[in-house]
Amino acid sequence: MHIVDRRLNPSGKNLANRQRFMRRAKSLIRKAVHESSASRSIKDADQAGEVALPAQGVHEPAFHRSASGGIRDHLLPGNKQYIEGDTIPRPQGGAGGGGSEGSPDGEGQDDFRFALSRDEFVDLFLEDLELPDLAKRRVVNAEAVTWHRAGYSVTGSPANLALMRTVRNSLSRRIALKRPKPDELERLRDEIAALNPDGEEGPRRLELEEELTRKLRRSSVIPYIDPLDVRYRNFESHPKPVAQAVMFCLMDVSGSMTEHMKDLAKRFYVLLYIFLKRRYKNVDVVFVRHTHQAQEVDEDTFFNSPETGGTVVSTALEVMQSVVAERYSPDSWNIYAAQASDGDNTASDNEKTASLLVNTILPVCQYYAYLEVGRDSEHFPPGFIRRDSDLWQTYTAICKSGAPMAMRKVGHRRDIYPVFRELFAKKQATTGAETA
Amino acid sequence: MNDMGGVGSGIRVERPLFEGADWDFTTVQRVHDAIEQIAIGEMGLDVYPNQIEVIGTEQMLDAYSSIGMPLFYKHWSFGKHFARNEAMYRAGMQGLAYEIVINSNPCICYIMEENTATMQTLVIAHAAFGHNHFFKNNYLFKQWTDADGILDYLEFARGYIAHCEERYGEVAVERLLDAAHALMSHGVHRYPRPRTADLRSEELRVRARREHEEQVFNDLWRTLPAKSTEKSDPTAEDRRRALLQLPQENLLYFLEKTAPRLLPWQREILRIVRIIAQYFYPQSQTKVMNEGCATYTHYKIMNRLHEKGLLTDGNMVEFLRSHTNVVFQPGFDDPRYSGINPYALGFAMMRDIERICTEPTAEDQQWFPAIAGAADPMAVLRDVWANYRDESFILQFLSPRLIREFGLFHVLDDANESTLRVEAIHDERGYRKIQRALAQHYDIAWTLPDIQVVDVNLAGDRRLIVHHRALNRVLLEERDTRFVLQHLADLWGYDVLMKEIDPETDSVLKEHAATPRSGVLQPDSA
Repeated sequence: MHIVDRRLNPSGKNLANRQRFMRRAKSLIRKAVHESSASRSIKDADQAGEVALPAQGVHEPAFHRSASGGIRDHLLPGNKQYIEGDTIPRPQGGAGGGGSEGSPDGEGQDDFRFALSRDEFVDLFLEDLELPDLAKRRVVNAEAVTWHRAGYSVTGSPANLALMRTVRNSLSRRIALKRPKPDELERLRDEIAALNPDGEEGPRRLELEEELTRKLRRSSVIPYIDPLDVRYRNFESHPKPVAQAVMFCLMDVSGSMTEHMKDLAKRFYVLLYIFLKRRYKNVDVVFVRHTHQAQEVDEDTFFNSPETGGTVVSTALEVMQSVVAERYSPDSWNIYAAQASDGDNTASDNEKTASLLVNTILPVCQYYAYLEVGRDSEHFPPGFIRRDSDLWQTYTAICKSGAPMAMRKVGHRRDIYPVFRELFAKKQATTGAETA
Repeated sequence: MNDMGGVGSGIRVERPLFEGADWDFTTVQRVHDAIEQIAIGEMGLDVYPNQIEVIGTEQMLDAYSSIGMPLFYKHWSFGKHFARNEAMYRAGMQGLAYEIVINSNPCICYIMEENTATMQTLVIAHAAFGHNHFFKNNYLFKQWTDADGILDYLEFARGYIAHCEERYGEVAVERLLDAAHALMSHGVHRYPRPRTADLRSEELRVRARREHEEQVFNDLWRTLPAKSTEKSDPTAEDRRRALLQLPQENLLYFLEKTAPRLLPWQREILRIVRIIAQYFYPQSQTKVMNEGCATYTHYKIMNRLHEKGLLTDGNMVEFLRSHTNVVFQPGFDDPRYSGINPYALGFAMMRDIERICTEPTAEDQQWFPAIAGAADPMAVLRDVWANYRDESFILQFLSPRLIREFGLFHVLDDANESTLRVEAIHDERGYRKIQRALAQHYDIAWTLPDIQVVDVNLAGDRRLIVHHRALNRVLLEERDTRFVLQHLADLWGYDVLMKEIDPETDSVLKEHAATPRSGVLQPDSA
């Protein structure tokens, strides 16, 4: 007999099958992923998790008999009361005698839970999407810079003196110009001192003295270090890409916003969060809700606590502005904002909102998305022309001026994802070049 | 504790093999050797050499998803099964099997690292000796499977399919496998083909025939008037069918050999799927017997180990608890009921046969005269394990006493009647009926729909005609049938027509048709 320990074998033997299965069930998984994301809180939205797949989608058919019709036998254990010839009313749901004959391997028709890793989840979620080109523009203009060494220069501050390089230059210059070396002079002096000035060595000594003066003059004319030799370490600045982003969720929570609308908004925020999270290391979320006044709140309050009051959109923009000024300097943060509203605004506020948006908010934002949420099935009597909402009209004008802003209307859950995809779909390369 | 499991006579001379729950490889080796002594020496089992492999949870799930085989080709459906099993296991809805055993030579037996020492002992007795003996000796396995070659064949299959994926694309291979898997249940030969006789046996046969003719020679036969020979010339249609070996119930075989538009690599993959289906064919026919044999073996062995003092009382209790769970049969009205438990039925029948041999009652004498009071129950059991399959086994050995114990009854459900009727219960009139009805449940000809290729005109429109002989007028499940026929049409490359036929009246109950999708499997002609 052999005993083999297989526990040490590489795991993940099934990976290839899993990938094939994922490819096969891709559309189903994508749909499930996207439905399951609605039930999670925004910050958890991109964690690994389970999704339920409808069993039918990845069905493996085989010939088998149908569950009803014809004559069939049942053989059952545990008889307590029946005798031959008894009749039993047909149980609801087909199979006789309460026996669930079932399919042989217990393969039911239930959905089955399928656990996805975080990467798989996000990959499916964000297939073919990318941040708008604006992000690139922003990166180029970013004011935060990092310094990188970039060779040597002839000018610079003393602190950046490149000593080795300077001395090397000086040495090569001295060699080239034949500047006398100090030990050479020293030797000459010694020789002169050793010769008797009055004797037959006199002329020789004179000759040497002359040479010494010539050399001394030469070494004073050719400096040990010349300004020509001096080199400084050179640095160049590179703009530093900002690796953090903050996402502002602005929402109207006045009485006219129904639960359904809030749900739509939440789904959109979740998508945006996951998307930003993928791109930036660090994503903050700020929730600002407003009625006729606005305040910054936590997520739970944001979605769940009811508020009453009028609707003044500019208050929310003001709060956002102050939060930006306080905590999120546009230099070091990429700022994204998503506003959800049913489109109501106090008429007198529209102008203020527009100017706030154009003058203070949009200049600091990478992207501003406005989502107008509607009722699930809005019916208007025939002949009644639906008027665009106040906000919609206001924002349309801003949008046309080419601001980094997008706006969409959403009426049903199923539209959220398409709308999101539309907003962030990969642009053609040409449009990218224009903005860059 | 001493009276447990028929103990009492055993004098404890040996030290227990282990105490507590922990085990290591030397324990496994010791346990195996002790069991081997009992299994081979006392019970007379005949097994392939064992190879015991210790695996972890994930590997067990792996094995689950590839029908227990250690190496298998890649297909999405295995990924699906893995995902489902894993999810169920993580949710605690399903425990994992303690072992998986593979009908190969050497016999590979996977044991889980999580098992306690007692469970490992049980598993080795159950799988490495019980199943192993059955695999090696049962006639169906001998006839249909090649234990020596299966691992090599799977290795080849995996390599070949991977090669095809590389060469023809994963999608093309996947579609082909989808279609082949859909037809897998109808890709087996049910009856052994006659082996081509070699010269020697042919000679013997000819001689025997001649001797027989000489013995019964009678000149009078010559004087009888000759029968009119009208049925001499078979029609062209009959000839055509004979050439194609029609009717043919092995759909995959038929497609592999005759489908006009398949490429050679596609035929080879069909062959691979067919051969694997064939390999599993005996297992589906011997569930009750196979499990019964293994369960009986482990029960016997564990009790002997305990008797010899090799197993402590505590470990014995742990074993009995697990054993009782395995052979539990809930009644039909119990919420836990999900069909007849093959472990329960198989084990009960094996024990019953032992009882009939050792303590036969008058009833047994009447029902089983051949084995009642036999001297060596193990010899009887070994003979049973070698020569029966579920259907014949139940028909032969389901005793009235067991029918009473299980409270088996037979209910007839005719869709034309408003109520169900109890046909038979455990009484004198019912025993035979119940035996027959239960045996039928395990007869593969009854459980699988009978589907055959009956005709195709290769010179004409090439439409494939398939018949389903609807036993008891039970039709095929419509939705699945549509899918499978679509796959069949894709493989065949031309239209397929399926007729569901009432075998009693030969009338057509229902028809399904399918047209191949262009470019799915066949190279697109357009």
